[in-house]
Amino acid sequence: MNKVRKIDEALASVKSGMTVMIGGFLAVGTPLALVDQLVKKQVQDLTVIANDTAFPDQGIGKLVVNRQIKKAIVSHIGTNPETGRQLLAGELEVELTPQGTLAEKIRAGGSGLGGILTPTGVGTIVEEGKQKISIANREYLLELPLRADVALVYAHKADKAGNLVFRRSARNFNPVMAMAADLVVAQVGEVVEVGDIDPDEVMVPGIVVDYVVTEQGGAI
Amino acid sequence: MAMNSKELIARRVALEMKDGDVVNLGIGLPTLVTNYLPNDVSVTLHSENGFVGLGPLAGPVDADLVNAGGQPAGILPGGAVFDSLMSFALVRGGHLDVTVLGGLQVDERGNLANWMVPGKMVPGMGGAMDLVAGARKVIVAMEHTAKGGAPKILKQCDLPLTGKEVVSLIVTELGVIRVTPAGLVLEEIAPGITAEEVVSKTEAPLIVSESLSPMKGV
Repeated sequence: MNKVRKIDEALASVKSGMTVMIGGFLAVGTPLALVDQLVKKQVQDLTVIANDTAFPDQGIGKLVVNRQIKKAIVSHIGTNPETGRQLLAGELEVELTPQGTLAEKIRAGGSGLGGILTPTGVGTIVEEGKQKISIANREYLLELPLRADVALVYAHKADKAGNLVFRRSARNFNPVMAMAADLVVAQVGEVVEVGDIDPDEVMVPGIVVDYVVTEQGGAI
Repeated sequence: MAMNSKELIARRVALEMKDGDVVNLGIGLPTLVTNYLPNDVSVTLHSENGFVGLGPLAGPVDADLVNAGGQPAGILPGGAVFDSLMSFALVRGGHLDVTVLGGLQVDERGNLANWMVPGKMVPGMGGAMDLVAGARKVIVAMEHTAKGGAPKILKQCDLPLTGKEVVSLIVTELGVIRVTPAGLVLEEIAPGITAEEVVSKTEAPLIVSESLSPMKGV
């Protein structure tokens, strides 16, 4: 099976109004070519789930500047002044979520769990509207699963079956997001033949990846 | 020679580290702490974007390797890389001995506010809420008052909290304050500073320790 596609083909079904997960941490480990393709497609009213909104001229920040996002579910927006400006002006809805909680909500979404219990955010405004559950005399917040229509992830290397290998701190949210969307597209630095990656080295199994796109955007 | 406030704070915080500790340092002032670790103390730094063994950039920049502030970084021999799930499982699971963060406000119950000023500045909490909920010891390293002299150590925080009753120790350029069930205890004062001066610049009541000492390490 060869999952390698041209970039426009891989993202052909992405439409306005969809929920999109995008990997990366301050644009490191973000599939920049896939995000640029969303900019090119001019899809609107996206709900974006990501760690942060990066920088105005880089990665997810471009979608903010280009007004393609209706709602952002992220842990941090401080490096992108435009996100803050749109938030304070009431032009963009931002659901700030603690970083570890965000990761676990996505895990729940991709793992068949009905939610997770975390002590993070107890006693803060993060607990507003959430069920609190006490276990062994400690309070936890019930945090519900997150899923997306599309997950855009970045990997250092993939084989043609979509098995992924990440590198250094570019791993971050990519593996968990690859589990939690109906369509999973991986932009990768290098494509190798099936069998060239030892099964023990695979970090995300190819069975959850739909399409592989190379950094140049071409098919191999 | 007068030491600047940040160096003074970082030097004192460094003495809180024990050999072998796993430590997360917040962006800004807290990252200076590693410059002043005693020679016999070695710590492992956790970087919440996905690894332990954070070190200075050694060699050419690697686009795949940054610290939690997005700056090019290094990873030391013995380091380990993981995803965001593992990173925060380590944080919440009690695997971090110490976290050092800056603060906008701290109050006498150990509540910390450092992630937003409503209507003005909303950077987001990033990993801070998980860090204060999960690290075994939470140290706030900050200047004692805000620009203009407004107190930051308060009876009660009025900014949105990062964590409730989470802070163990507050280190400022004026002194060291421990959060105890009885309230805030001033344990050490910086060179040239009087206890009265610290009290006057602190809104929360301060209990001056009977064993008040000069600030260690400075």
